[in-house]
Amino acid sequence: MDILGALLLKPFADIGGSPLFFLEVVIGGVLTGVMYSLVALGFVLIFKASGVFNFAQGVMVLFSALTLVGLMELGVPIWLALIATILVMIALAFAIERLVLRPLVNQAEITLFMATIGLTFFLEGFGELLWGANVKKLDIGIPDRSFDVGGILVNEFELFAAGIAALLVAVLAVLFQRTKIGRALRAVADDHQAALSVGISLTSIWVIVWAVAGIVALVAGVMWGGKSGVQFSLSLIALKSLPVLILGGLTSVPGAIVGGLVIGVGEKIAEVYWGPYIGGAIENWFAYMIAVAFLLFRPQGLFGERIIERV
Amino acid sequence: MFYRESGHFRTTYRADQAIFPIVQDRWSVAAIAVVAVVAVPWIANEYWLQAILIPTVIFALAAIGLNILTGYAGQLSLGTGGFMAVGAYATYKLTTFLPEINILVMILVSGFFAAAVGILFGIPSLRIKGFYLAVATLAAQFFLVWIFNRVPWFYNYTSNGMITAPPRTLFGVALTGPHASAEVRYLVCLAFLIVFAYLAKNLVRSATGRSWMAIRDMDVAAEIIGIRPLRTKLLAFAISSYYCGVAGALYMFMYLQSVETLAFDVNVSFLVLFMIIIGGLGSIMGSIIGAAFIVLMPILLTNVPRLLSVQIPVELAKHGEQMIFGGLIIFFLIVEPLGLTRLWQIAKEKLRLWPFPH
Repeated sequence: MDILGALLLKPFADIGGSPLFFLEVVIGGVLTGVMYSLVALGFVLIFKASGVFNFAQGVMVLFSALTLVGLMELGVPIWLALIATILVMIALAFAIERLVLRPLVNQAEITLFMATIGLTFFLEGFGELLWGANVKKLDIGIPDRSFDVGGILVNEFELFAAGIAALLVAVLAVLFQRTKIGRALRAVADDHQAALSVGISLTSIWVIVWAVAGIVALVAGVMWGGKSGVQFSLSLIALKSLPVLILGGLTSVPGAIVGGLVIGVGEKIAEVYWGPYIGGAIENWFAYMIAVAFLLFRPQGLFGERIIERV
Repeated sequence: MFYRESGHFRTTYRADQAIFPIVQDRWSVAAIAVVAVVAVPWIANEYWLQAILIPTVIFALAAIGLNILTGYAGQLSLGTGGFMAVGAYATYKLTTFLPEINILVMILVSGFFAAAVGILFGIPSLRIKGFYLAVATLAAQFFLVWIFNRVPWFYNYTSNGMITAPPRTLFGVALTGPHASAEVRYLVCLAFLIVFAYLAKNLVRSATGRSWMAIRDMDVAAEIIGIRPLRTKLLAFAISSYYCGVAGALYMFMYLQSVETLAFDVNVSFLVLFMIIIGGLGSIMGSIIGAAFIVLMPILLTNVPRLLSVQIPVELAKHGEQMIFGGLIIFFLIVEPLGLTRLWQIAKEKLRLWPFPH
C-alpha cells in the first residue's frame, strides 16, 4: 500500500504543493527536450531522404563537437573553426555516400542499419584518435547561469539553445519548402524511383542530406558540448533521442520536435517526482517506456505517415 | 568429385528429411563436433579456452536465439543483452535459493524466466515492426539492466552489487566457481550449444519455423493462409529469449563468473546483432560462424601488431582497433551482405562441380 501511495498519490501531492517549482521542472524539461529534438532531427532528415536508419547520428554529434573544440584548441578563432567544421562535415557526407551508401545501394534496410553502426565505431575511433579522448571544455561565450522570471528559475544557456534550435528549424523549413533542393529532397523522400525518373540525382541528394544532418549534428554538438563538456558520452545522447523518434515518427520533422519536447518534459517530471520513490536514475529507460506505451495505442507515432500496418 | 548429391538413393521418408541430406555434409559436421568435443580441450591451452572458445560458444548460442527472432521471424530486436541478463540473474537467484538442485537444471529453468520476459516485451511487435520495434526492444534492454542494478534482492544484497558464481558440481566435478577448470566449462557450454543448435535446426524446418518465415516474408499473406500472427510472433520471442537467457546464464556462470549489470549493457545487444548479420540472417550455421568472427576479430587486431613486432602506442592501438573494427564491418557488409554463410554456400556449389565446372 505504501508503495502504491508513493507512486500514485505522493508525486501529485508534491506537484500540487508547489506549482511554481513544477513549472520550473517543466521549463527545464522543455529545454532539454529541445536538445533531444536537435539530435532526432538529424535522424529524420536522413531517414526521410534515404531510408537509412542512421545510428551514427549520435557519433556525428560527438565528432563534429570534437573537431570544433580540437580546432579551437589549436588557436583557430571560433568563427573560422565553425566554418572549417562545417566543411569537414560536408566532406564526411561525401565520403559516407561514396564509400558506404553507394556500394550498399538496394540492400536490405537492416544491412544499411548495421553499416551505420559500423560507421559509429569507425567515427568514434577516428575522432578520438585525432583529438584525444579526454573531456574538453567548449566555451562559446554564453554563460550557463539561471535567472529569475516571475519566481521561476530559467537557465540562460538552455534558453539560448532553444532559440538556436527554433532558428535552425525555421531555416530547414525554408530549405525544404521554398528552394529547388528542398523540392528535390521531398521528391526523393516520397518516392525514390519517381524522383530518379524525373532526373533528380539520388547520389547528390544523399550527399546534401547527410551534409545537412552533419550540420544539425554540429549545432547539437555545440549545444550539448557547451553544457556538459565535449566527451564520449555525447554519442550516447543518440540513444536518448531514439524514443523521441518512435514517438514522433521516423519521417516527420514536426514529430521529432514535439516528440523531443514530450520526452524531455516527461522524463524530467518522472525523474523529479517519481524517481526518488523507485530508486532514481530512471531517465535511462523512462523515455523508452513512454514511447512504447504510446506506440501500443498509436503505432504510427504522433506525426508519422499513416501507413496502415495492421498485423 | 567427392562432394556430390548424385548417387545417394533415399528409400525412406526419414532419409529424405534428414538435416544434412548429403553424406559428406553429415560426416563433416559430425567430425567438427567430435573435434570440438574431444580434441580441442586436449590441444587448447587455458588462454585459448578462456579468451576465445568459451565466449565464442556462448555467443553462438545467443546468436542462434537472436537469429530465430530476427532472421527467421523477421522481428528486429536490440534487447538481447537484457534477456541474457534475465537468464543470468534468474539462475543466480535460483541456485542460491535452492543450492541442492543441480546448476545445469537451474540454467535450463532460468531460460523460462527469460522467455516470459521476452513475451512481455514482444507484445509491441504485434502493432509495430522494423526499426520502431528495434527501438521498442531497447526499452527492454535499458529497463531490465536498470532493475537488476537497482533492486538489491536480485544480487542478494551484496555490498558491491556484483553477482558471483557459487561453486557447484556435477558428479564431483566442479562446474562453476573458482575451482572449475576451463576445459570443464568449455565442454558444458559446448554441450549446450550442440543440443540447442540441433533443436533450433529442427525447429526452423518444422511447421513452427515455416510459419515464422511466412510472417517474416509477408505478414498479411501469412495471416490469410491461416497463421496466427499473435501466437507465432510471441512464440518466436519466447523461444528466442529462452536461448538468450540460457546463453546469459552460461555467460555469467561459465565465462565471467562474477558480473555486474554492465556486462549485459546495450553493446552486448549490438554485438550479437553484428554476429547474426555478419554470419548470415536466417541461418543456424551463420550464427556460429558470425559469433566466432566477432569474438576473434578484436583478438586478432590486438595480436597482429604484436606478432609483427610493431610497437604501437596504447592510445593509437585502442582507437585504431575501434576504427578497423567499424571499417571491417562495413567492408564485410559491402562484400557479402548476405553474410559469411553465403560464402560457405558458394563454396559448396563450386565444390559440387569440381573439378569439371562446365
